[in-house]
Amino acid sequence: MTRYSAFAIAREAFRQQSGWKQAWSSPEPKQDYDVVIVGAGGHGLATAYYLGRRFGIKNVAVIEKGWLGGGNTGRNTTIIRSNYLQDPSAAIYEKSRSLYETLSQELNYNIMFSPRGVMMLAQTEHEKRGYLRTERANALQGVETRFIQPAEVKKLVPIINLNGPRYPVLGALWQARGGTARHDAVAWGYARACSDMGMHIIEQCAVTGVESENGTVSAVNTTKGRIGCKKLGIVVAGHSGALADMAGFRLPVESVALQALVSEPIKPCMDVVVMANTVHGYMSQSDKGEMVIGGGADGFNNYTQRGSWHHIEETVRALVETFPMISRLKMLRQWGGIVDMTGDRSPIISKTPLGNCFINCGWGTGGFKAIPGSGWATAELIAKGEPGPLSAEFSMTRFREGRFIDESVAAGVAH
Amino acid sequence: MLLLTCPCCGVTAEETEFSPGGEAHLKRFGPGSSDDDYETYMFQRKNPRGVHFERWRHAYGCGKWFLAARDTMTLEVFGTYPAQTTEPPPEIIAKIKQKRPEWEGFK
Repeated sequence: MTRYSAFAIAREAFRQQSGWKQAWSSPEPKQDYDVVIVGAGGHGLATAYYLGRRFGIKNVAVIEKGWLGGGNTGRNTTIIRSNYLQDPSAAIYEKSRSLYETLSQELNYNIMFSPRGVMMLAQTEHEKRGYLRTERANALQGVETRFIQPAEVKKLVPIINLNGPRYPVLGALWQARGGTARHDAVAWGYARACSDMGMHIIEQCAVTGVESENGTVSAVNTTKGRIGCKKLGIVVAGHSGALADMAGFRLPVESVALQALVSEPIKPCMDVVVMANTVHGYMSQSDKGEMVIGGGADGFNNYTQRGSWHHIEETVRALVETFPMISRLKMLRQWGGIVDMTGDRSPIISKTPLGNCFINCGWGTGGFKAIPGSGWATAELIAKGEPGPLSAEFSMTRFREGRFIDESVAAGVAH
Repeated sequence: MLLLTCPCCGVTAEETEFSPGGEAHLKRFGPGSSDDDYETYMFQRKNPRGVHFERWRHAYGCGKWFLAARDTMTLEVFGTYPAQTTEPPPEIIAKIKQKRPEWEGFK
């Protein structure tokens, strides 16, 4: 792998950019691998990366039905934060956030991590009390957050309207070390590092079936033929239900569409991320100047990556009251992603009824921020066959056992 | 935007007039049932790509619950029918089979 550096840029400038290599190779699949990961999004690639880096397992294939990072990794609003209420959530999201801080250096790939601060507005008395509680929980968990008063909100976000008639700003939960990153670059950076370790990333290769006997997976059948595996990791977000069906078990998951939109690019006006969970809207400004706006999820099972107009209307109508200056902005584009929702709105990193098959899913509306931590924990589960401290609580048996990690109350819908 | 017809009051309206209520035809298991049955009833969902039977409520209309057959890949609504049934009626099944010959049927 050619390392990226200022020196490399200077060198290539002198030879007409002819020395850049392909960032990751596109090999034909082998007959079999030690580990096959289904899904080359952020979580799948991060899992493969940490399998190699932490456990030395490098005979790995990551197979992807579309293109790399073309699912939810390329469809989110890139928010990174860890101010969760419950201890297991705070632990894995904080691990993830801390890995993001040094990920560019570690991968030698600029993921443009921007710790610009994340603010969650309290717009009802109920929400304010909830965030005061979260602030104290975060203090105990070692996650640095602070409840700030309206005057400080106004100082950090001058374009905000504090005295909206319907949604007044009563304060905010502020995580100064949260922020955003370039979502595609996270997938590309991990893919490049995996490829460098000799792993195979096989795009345009859909899984059509899972072969198993006596409760053990032996291979996956794909559109590029049969691929044998000693262990299988399923990391396919919205399509987890379909993969589980092929493997012969069911999940406590339902898939719905979540959508986002961006405005036309404008001059810098807001340098933090603002989330307004009462109205299901959140907004940040990208480096290109677009206002990136995320909204609520559709309420019904859905596999169309579209979203719906009335949710855009709801989100934007509410945000316009809080940010009057966006009322005349034009919308540039809008898209949807299929998110896998669990009953308690917490993820699943778990063993399955098949002994050597593991699943990572259920990140719902909040998967992007979790990519490094999720990969870290899932790699440990696959390598050792048993969950480590970060993933132990996220087993799919928690529903049966009544051990919910209830973030639907804690985090609302925007996530 | 889905267009749904409420079989209780006969009104056809946009989806904003209704609230979705998740998978239909769940077999209910209460106290005294096995852990497996209870877990299946409470949490596990078919979540299919394709034909889905689901519950809706005419929230901003007559307020009644009813059931619908819909395709989760295309959002096509095959039809709606009253909630007082344990499986989809034959005319709905026939309509789905006509449009989706490869469909495996209601399980």
